[in-house]
Amino acid sequence: MTNREKQNLKIGLLFISPWVIGFCLLNVYPLCASFYYSLCNFSVLSPAVYIGGLNYKDLFTDEIFWKAVSNTFYFSAVSIPVGILTSLSIAILLNFNLRGRGIFRTIFFLPSLVPMISLAVLWLTMLNGQSGMVNLVLHPVLDLLNSLFGTNMRPPNWLQDERFAKLGIILTGLWGVGNAVVIYLAGLQDVPRHLYESADLDGANFWHKTRHITLPMISPVIYFNGIMTLIGALQVFAVPYVMTSGGDGPGRSLLFIATYIYQNAFDYWNMGYACALGLILFLIILSLTVLATRLSEKHIYYAGK
Amino acid sequence: MNCAHPISKTAGLSCLRALTLLLGIFIFIPASRGEPVSREGRVVIKYWEKWTGFEGDAMKAVVDDFNASQNRIYVDYLTISEIDRKLMLATGGGNPPDVAGVWSFMVPVYAENNALTPLDKLAAKYGLKRDDYIDVYWQLCCHRGRLWALPTTPASLALHWNKKMFRAAGLDPEKPPRSIAELEMMNEKLTRTNEDGTLKVVGHLADEPGWWSTNWNFWFGGSYYDNDHLTVDTPENRASFEWMQSYPKRFGKENVLLFKEGFGNSFASPQNPFFREKVAMVIQGVWMYNFIKNYAPKDFEWGVAPFPSVDPVKLKDVTIVEEDILVIPVGSKHPHEAFEFMKYVNSQKPMEKLCMGQRKFTPLKKVSPEFLKTHPNPYIKIFIDLAKSPNAKTLPSVTTWTQLKSDLIWAVGEVMRVMTTPQDALMYVQKHQQKALDRRNELWGRIQNERLKEWDRREAEL
Repeated sequence: MTNREKQNLKIGLLFISPWVIGFCLLNVYPLCASFYYSLCNFSVLSPAVYIGGLNYKDLFTDEIFWKAVSNTFYFSAVSIPVGILTSLSIAILLNFNLRGRGIFRTIFFLPSLVPMISLAVLWLTMLNGQSGMVNLVLHPVLDLLNSLFGTNMRPPNWLQDERFAKLGIILTGLWGVGNAVVIYLAGLQDVPRHLYESADLDGANFWHKTRHITLPMISPVIYFNGIMTLIGALQVFAVPYVMTSGGDGPGRSLLFIATYIYQNAFDYWNMGYACALGLILFLIILSLTVLATRLSEKHIYYAGK
Repeated sequence: MNCAHPISKTAGLSCLRALTLLLGIFIFIPASRGEPVSREGRVVIKYWEKWTGFEGDAMKAVVDDFNASQNRIYVDYLTISEIDRKLMLATGGGNPPDVAGVWSFMVPVYAENNALTPLDKLAAKYGLKRDDYIDVYWQLCCHRGRLWALPTTPASLALHWNKKMFRAAGLDPEKPPRSIAELEMMNEKLTRTNEDGTLKVVGHLADEPGWWSTNWNFWFGGSYYDNDHLTVDTPENRASFEWMQSYPKRFGKENVLLFKEGFGNSFASPQNPFFREKVAMVIQGVWMYNFIKNYAPKDFEWGVAPFPSVDPVKLKDVTIVEEDILVIPVGSKHPHEAFEFMKYVNSQKPMEKLCMGQRKFTPLKKVSPEFLKTHPNPYIKIFIDLAKSPNAKTLPSVTTWTQLKSDLIWAVGEVMRVMTTPQDALMYVQKHQQKALDRRNELWGRIQNERLKEWDRREAEL
């Protein structure tokens, strides 16, 4: 290394040091500390007592933890595709050259500005089994279906019924798709026009163009949104926490991993166990993100590559 | 042009007056409203309290009285939401308040986790004695033979019934049920359904308001805890859960869920199902008077009586007692001054002022005749008698209570949705929670000696 290179390295390190220091203090240290505490019986107020791998051993036989894992996976498995499909469809529709397009874009983006707690309280009312807006809409639809098919379907008691509680939360989450829509729109506007013109000349219809031009061209955007939605879904906490008033829903159907971490840390005084749970969640998110990246690698088109 | 000058002069004068008035508002009003007593030159103690609304105002009035009563200590009163969690973090971070107003169920877990200052020595120094209090309220401040808190406002629970609904159902409005069997007989007469079979009005529901659904076992002679062992799966506890399950079985679980869903989060509102004459009998605390006064219709007729038990002879006057308490967190910079304030609150006159303000009764044995005479709740004596009853029950004094409660809430939910039998639900909770308690006890065994020494040392340093 020449003197000039050494000089450059020093300057480079100096410039990057605020981030490195911040990263070490705010990310690396908490991660290492939580790993240490996960090996301890720790209640924040008393000194941590080392207990080896007992928290991890308990975790694998803890039925409630596995219930939280299955709830979180179910929620992610449904909410991620539904979220991506909804936001992508809205973005494609909003990309049409319609009159008043700007107004529609604003209207679809507005709900994502509502703070999460307000959103939860609002949907708590919307999903009320007796007087909620959702059921007021469903009632006539189900009445019609009942009269046509002779069935006896009743709108669900969303948040009080184990079978529908998670679907209620997923429905609530759809209100926040505005952010993803904006990102998709930016991606859609970057698709070169000449590709569509060529496809038109070849007689391609809307579906052909979406399938062979739009989706491949915005695949990096779909990948980015997919990963962000995956991380968000696996960390779901605030909305179900507020909607259940800090509880875990009927039959623990709304107990997610993040809720269980919070309960152990702040309600049960088991901070050591909560740290172990947190690390397991970290590993789950990390491995699923790596898996998603590997699986989608071949299907993502980067113009620069 | 000539006219312009006088007009602008008048306008200028008006502006000046308005400006002076505004300045007055900004300068003088905050000064007169904010701090009636200066904190200059005094020891300032930080006091965190959970109450807001009229209950918070009542405590604030007592704090103001204390600040005005002497010139050595100034209590800085601050309302804090989710105080249990914030106090834990503040104490862990070494920056707690000097005194905190919390709930009595927090004593065992906070004490055992080294978050509180033991108060026996200070209580002895300031002449506070167990004999001065209704026994159960002193007991709620103790854990492992030591005093960790002082009471503020106590509570006990009783049956509240709607006399008008009783009359309409052909029942004697002055005669509340005296046993669970009688309650169910009345329930049958009071309950009415719609044409489609859904519930229109009910006499009683085991989970309305549902705040103590995990503890109906007290009215069946049961308990959850006995000397470091959980006693969750017992015949008495099972009987209470079977009684709870009889509601969805009788009325239909979907009907009960839908009926309750219609109530929403309406306790402190005119939509409260008890005020709206949707439910005729509920279990509620001494505070209910205030909500009836503020939210019930003007012609609302109500009565209070001990909630009936399964056996009115053996289990007479059963109630759950709870209380708000004051504690000194470990790390308090001024524990002596904090205790002086706590002692002031626990003197007869300020305590009566506080309890009257919160529409409760006093935890002190000595009560002035004026307090009882002027108390707005016409049934206050019933709540006091219930608190003194030998069947006044407290929540289990166990360090894993929040965990146990979470499992019990799950069990109640499963039983009320008829997803499992009471026996299976209770067996699961017993097994699961005994394991958690054993783990906690094992840890306590390892640190016990060290912790006891630390408590002694901390007390000696006071």
